[in-house]
Amino acid sequence: MKREEVFEKLTVIFQNNFDDENIRLTDETSSSDIEGWDSLEQVNLIVTIEDEFGVKFRIDEVNAMRNVGEMVDFILSKTTAKK
Amino acid sequence: MRELEYPFDAGWILSNRRKIKKRLLSSDANFIEKKIAVLGGSSTANIVWILELFLLQQGIRPVFYESEFDKYYEDAVFSNEMLKQFKPDIIYIHTSNRNVTAYPKMADSKEAIDVLLDAEMQRFETIWNCLAEKYACPIIQNNFEMPHYRLLGNKDASDIHGAGHFLMRLNAGFYAYAQSHENFFICDINYISADYGLKEWADPFYWHMYKYALNVNAIPYLAFNVSNIIKSIFGKNRKGFVLDLDNTLWGGVIGDDGAENIKLGLEEPEGSVYFEFQKYIKAHKQLGILLAVASKNEEENALAGLNHPDSALKPDDMVCIRANWDTKDKNFKDIAKELNVLPESLVFVDDNPAERHIVREQLPGVVAPEIGEAHQYIQVLDRSGFFEVTYFSQDDLKRSEMYRENAGRLKLQAGFTDYGDYLKSLEMRAVIRPFESVYMARIAQLTNKSNQFNLTTKRYTQSEIERAAENESFITLYGKLADRFGDNGVVAVCIGKIEGTVCHIVLWLMSCRVLKRDMEYAMMDVFVRRCRDRGMDEIRGYYYPTSKNGMVKEFYGAMGFAQIADEHGDTVWSLSVNSYIDKNKYIKAEENDETRGSV
Repeated sequence: MKREEVFEKLTVIFQNNFDDENIRLTDETSSSDIEGWDSLEQVNLIVTIEDEFGVKFRIDEVNAMRNVGEMVDFILSKTTAKK
Repeated sequence: MRELEYPFDAGWILSNRRKIKKRLLSSDANFIEKKIAVLGGSSTANIVWILELFLLQQGIRPVFYESEFDKYYEDAVFSNEMLKQFKPDIIYIHTSNRNVTAYPKMADSKEAIDVLLDAEMQRFETIWNCLAEKYACPIIQNNFEMPHYRLLGNKDASDIHGAGHFLMRLNAGFYAYAQSHENFFICDINYISADYGLKEWADPFYWHMYKYALNVNAIPYLAFNVSNIIKSIFGKNRKGFVLDLDNTLWGGVIGDDGAENIKLGLEEPEGSVYFEFQKYIKAHKQLGILLAVASKNEEENALAGLNHPDSALKPDDMVCIRANWDTKDKNFKDIAKELNVLPESLVFVDDNPAERHIVREQLPGVVAPEIGEAHQYIQVLDRSGFFEVTYFSQDDLKRSEMYRENAGRLKLQAGFTDYGDYLKSLEMRAVIRPFESVYMARIAQLTNKSNQFNLTTKRYTQSEIERAAENESFITLYGKLADRFGDNGVVAVCIGKIEGTVCHIVLWLMSCRVLKRDMEYAMMDVFVRRCRDRGMDEIRGYYYPTSKNGMVKEFYGAMGFAQIADEHGDTVWSLSVNSYIDKNKYIKAEENDETRGSV
């Protein structure tokens, strides 16, 4: 999967979870940029991402994700590793 | 919303919760508002979110109080101004096996383990007793799920030192408490975690990462389960099944195959599936669930099928059989009308997706679950929680019988040209008395279930009913009605609030089971007399319109009250106690009790 594809899919997930079609993601987007992205929402995002991409994160990985770019990196490393 | 009916897509619900909530709130459903305190021994934020969706779906609009993380004990036991002001209608205690203070060690003696068990039970009983005393509302308490590892292997279940064994004993203690406390309900997470798959349910990732005691993906199943208990407490259970026949209660099409060729009975696998399903459906009669048939068949074929030697369900088990070539939605509506219940209180069970579709489309609010293949019918219906048992009254035991007695009355009525003669021939006897402890469950149930003959549609929990009964400033009455066909049980309830020499009728309702039997007259006669005894000059009645209680709009007018106010349809009526003339002509009413001699 290409980085752009992951971004596209992730954008849909974010728009859906926050019920806001105007959300645009960049590498730097972090919880302070999106209203409502609190620890509660973080749980839902992770669960949805795991489900959509068919991946499973480790605790240290979830803890290390500081922005969307790092999220994408983790997803990519897992989806390519699977092949 | 179909997406929230079982079987649902839990992942979809979690990621679309905002949209779902918006959609539910924009529907024109008539929500009842309830205040729910969630006291958690682990994270509860997502549970509350999803619980809200399932409650909205059930017509309940919740307002939540959430305890701080793991502060369930403190919130319950110590004084808590916020919770006190919140005045919960329901308290849900979400604890798990992670909240058990201490487990037995291998070196512990049997006595030491008993002490440990007692201490843990004490801790929980203190919580429940404190809450019951302070808030007098129903409490829902999780039992314990089995542990996610077994130190002793298989022996963990049977050895007194095993964590599994210890949890089992604690659960037994919880159940004993539930059996002796009417307003206390167990949320059986031990079952739902097993059903979900304990390994997945207890995935430690969610505990260590977010302090959730269960897999976040399993939260919809937990929340759905809790919502079923809550909706049942507030009288929102369904009342019956409307069943299709061909390929639902037996395999094959009886009109084509003939009664001798349908698949039913233990001889072969397919027939065995349908036989078990029939037994499952039949067992619901014990809960007072009504069974009816809507089938596209000649009636004689339908009856031949139900009279099949291997049919667990017999024609007599059905309160109503509609076998004809009308559309299913028409038959469904007719059945509801004949039973005097709202269509949405009945569940449609049909293997045919097209029939389910037409019933859903034509009758909004009616559920027609996606029951899957024949061997899955039980699984789906059972997990849907339509008939979740919370308060179970003696009335529930005999409900089918009562509906059959009603059919007898209808036949009798057809033979009379004068309605008064018909009423006379029923030989009706009523018992009308202040609330008595044996009927509290039934009275609370009626206040939550009655929608049509209900002037204020005020809902009460059992504890509120009990408090009103004890309070001197209330006049309470329940009415039981029997006739030559049988006993209808408690069918009418009213509560008057005394202020000076005026009695305000805050609740007046009657079960639709006894419409047009003059029971309301008998009730009013007694009510007015009791008001007079208590020195009242005036009685005030209130009518608050809802989408369902149009039939009693003019009730107080017909009772001789004069309308004194009308605010956007909310009307207030007044009656001078001395001007009232008794209205009951056909019912022999008894009101003996300690406070009043025989009449």
